[in-house]
Amino acid sequence: MATHEPTATERFVQGILPENPVYRQLLGMCPTLAVTGAMEPAMTMAAATAFVLILANVTVSLIRGLLKPHLRILVFTLTIATFVTIADRMLAAFLYEMSKQLGPYVPLIIVNCLIISRCEICSSKQGLFTAIADGVGMSIGFALALGSIATVREILGSGKWFGLAVLPEGWPAWGIMVLPPGAFLTLGLLLGIAEWIGQSRASRANQ
Amino acid sequence: MTTTSQKGGYISQAWLVILLAVIYGGALAGVQTALGPIIEKNKKNETLSKVPQLVEGAARELTVEVELADADGNRQTVYQAFADDGEKTLKGWILPAGGQGFADRIEVLIGLDPDASVITGLYVLDQKETPGLGNFITDEELFLNQFAGKSANQPLEVSTTDPVVGNQIRALTGATISSDSVAKIVNRAIAAYQQPLRRERAAATERNEKKD
Repeated sequence: MATHEPTATERFVQGILPENPVYRQLLGMCPTLAVTGAMEPAMTMAAATAFVLILANVTVSLIRGLLKPHLRILVFTLTIATFVTIADRMLAAFLYEMSKQLGPYVPLIIVNCLIISRCEICSSKQGLFTAIADGVGMSIGFALALGSIATVREILGSGKWFGLAVLPEGWPAWGIMVLPPGAFLTLGLLLGIAEWIGQSRASRANQ
Repeated sequence: MTTTSQKGGYISQAWLVILLAVIYGGALAGVQTALGPIIEKNKKNETLSKVPQLVEGAARELTVEVELADADGNRQTVYQAFADDGEKTLKGWILPAGGQGFADRIEVLIGLDPDASVITGLYVLDQKETPGLGNFITDEELFLNQFAGKSANQPLEVSTTDPVVGNQIRALTGATISSDSVAKIVNRAIAAYQQPLRRERAAATERNEKKD
């Protein structure tokens, strides 16, 4: 166990790559697999998750001194559910089409373990500034992960990126990439690459 | 349970949870008050954009909102769909309806012919059914297309086996409850509003004849 709590900068940096929520912690697999068929839904999901994660971190950090240990999970869930509902209503009001496309996956942010794990690990123990840095870092890490998977799937599956054609007309769109099996294939391959990079770095550091 | 965790009674243990629940409840009520009308407007726009699809030959621009009451005194908005043929021929009705699905509320739009005796189309406006199973109720090929052409004079039945005959709807495999819910919502709405729709049509015809 670490003897000191990580600082705000450490929290921020760790969230992006060293402790990337998807590639290193394997958290938030449901949206990672479900909404990464194209960049637009993936980035909307990343933004909605960031909104909930950062605000939940802020709230929990502010009330951390009042938390009773055996009721803390209840408080976390209550807080997260509130912000998810707000995010869901905002999407329905201002991004109606996208809200319909994401459907039940927006309410399902409530059960994204990434958010509750940050409440438990960081914001219920550390100050406001560190909690914000942690939330922002993890959100960037999550957006990068969703973006990388969605990029591979959208380009190979429909020859587009953010709906704009990037591959020549003749590209035989690999339909499987935008279907659920494509999500598993892409996630598996990218996880493998991330692990391989991590290990080769570690072995170089040991030499 | 140790005695320490009980110290001070339930209120002193749970006051934070109770307070937060009240604050969050208030915040959500505020959000709903502010955004509710915008969301309703989005839904209405979508409803209007589906008019030509649900009632063949109807024009979106000519759609008229009518408020009707059912036998129990419940009031709701229905949409009157007209053709853009210079005479504003009544082409049919869009009856919005909703009810409990497997996961959450399902909202649908039912297209009906002018006499409200044939279903001309069905569209799912809002649903949160299980992805990969229940959410196929939004799929036209797999599910929705079979509603068009069914009689509105007798309730729809849901069948889990092929072939379907008469007023039967083929349930989605793995989503019988979702399929059943949609059929029930349609049946309930038609049962409640078939007569009011017919009366409204008769009244409208009378008004037109007086004008002539």
